[in-house]
Amino acid sequence: MIELDARRLMCPMPVIKTQNAIKPLLPGDKLRVFCTDPGVLQDIPAWCRINKHTVLLAEERDGEYILTIEVGNE
Amino acid sequence: MATQRKAVALISGGLDSLLAAKVMLEQGIHVEGINFYTGFCVEGHTHAIRKKDKAKPKRNNALWSAEQLGIKLHIIDIIEEYKQVLLNPKHGYGANMNPCLDCKIFMVGKAKEWAVENGFDFIITGEVIGQRPMSQRKDTMPVISAESGADDLLLRPLCAQNLPETKPEREGWVNRAELHGFSGRTRKPQMALAEKFGFDDYAQPAGGCCFLTDKSYSVKLTDLWASRGKRDYELDDIMLLKVGRHIRPKPGFKLIIAREEGENNFLQGYKKQFITLMTMSHKGPLTLLDGEASEEDLQLAAQIVARFSQGREAQSVDVQIAEKGVNKLITVKPLAAEGILPAWRV
Ligand code: SF4
Repeated sequence: MIELDARRLMCPMPVIKTQNAIKPLLPGDKLRVFCTDPGVLQDIPAWCRINKHTVLLAEERDGEYILTIEVGNE
Repeated sequence: MATQRKAVALISGGLDSLLAAKVMLEQGIHVEGINFYTGFCVEGHTHAIRKKDKAKPKRNNALWSAEQLGIKLHIIDIIEEYKQVLLNPKHGYGANMNPCLDCKIFMVGKAKEWAVENGFDFIITGEVIGQRPMSQRKDTMPVISAESGADDLLLRPLCAQNLPETKPEREGWVNRAELHGFSGRTRKPQMALAEKFGFDDYAQPAGGCCFLTDKSYSVKLTDLWASRGKRDYELDDIMLLKVGRHIRPKPGFKLIIAREEGENNFLQGYKKQFITLMTMSHKGPLTLLDGEASEEDLQLAAQIVARFSQGREAQSVDVQIAEKGVNKLITVKPLAAEGILPAWRV
């Protein structure tokens, strides 16, 4: 599992960081993104849907939003 | 079978770029979207700051557009490179600090580079002749094509019929007869086309795609440059211009005072970088001090902060001033309401 720290960044920066972190990964790889902007709960899943990745889990913990993503096939 | 041609579409999140991409998809073109983040974009981030906006999170319209179209979207951070565009626009500014023409040239140029790197054949935008006073005029369209380096690989599906033929049309990659000839400020043809394609609930931005078209934002940006004696900025600066009340009692410093809880929390994140002021004897907003302040200035700043606290009518208010981890407490009399001069408000 690769972890990405996108805390304190405002959308769309966490989306851009996620996109760039996923670029070198292979289908089936997993990425966990840590964010503080609640906007990511909308934007990262939307970005994943259009790019065919899957959000396995989106959780809120101590004011942080943590998304676990599985890289898709395309 | 002829090879499927590929177009990269500039997607802003507005209706026009959505339609332009759809027109291409209808012609069997493979389309992927590209969206540039300058730091000033209306899409995203501010909804995270103010508490009242949190209940109803704003969607990112560029992502929404891509989803409607069923295309990929590549979001590109151009914050650093964009500084040159904003600070030295060859073609100047629009009504506010918006360097729209240079901005368009820059973005189309970046899209052209991206197209070359990724094996795409041409570039499309949702531009319409006469739609915007600065960048979307009959005489600026060829300027954008030429100065971006995209030349005749730049196609504007919504107004192509009013413009000279481009390579995609000449080569028969797209059918010119099925492109459009929209012009002028009217939105009716776009709305009709949106209806034909079954798009509703699309974004209708009032001014433009970024904060630089906003008057009060532009005033704050100009004030920032004037006070620093140089035109430059970091991402944090441009974020902070969207938050809080900005009060500049002296040329050398300004106060950024949170207006509500969401802003308070947001400003907490900047405590390490700035001198902060906080009322201790009474409830009050977190305040950042941007600039240089003498002892006397800090005294004045504390009085202003006290004015915005619940101790505004009290005889004395304790204010904690924190700088680089060192705290000190001073007691001040809140400034009278009329003491906050209108000229101080940025
Ligand atoms: S409104 Fe802003 S983002 Fe849009 S073209 Fe003008 S300067 Fe560029």
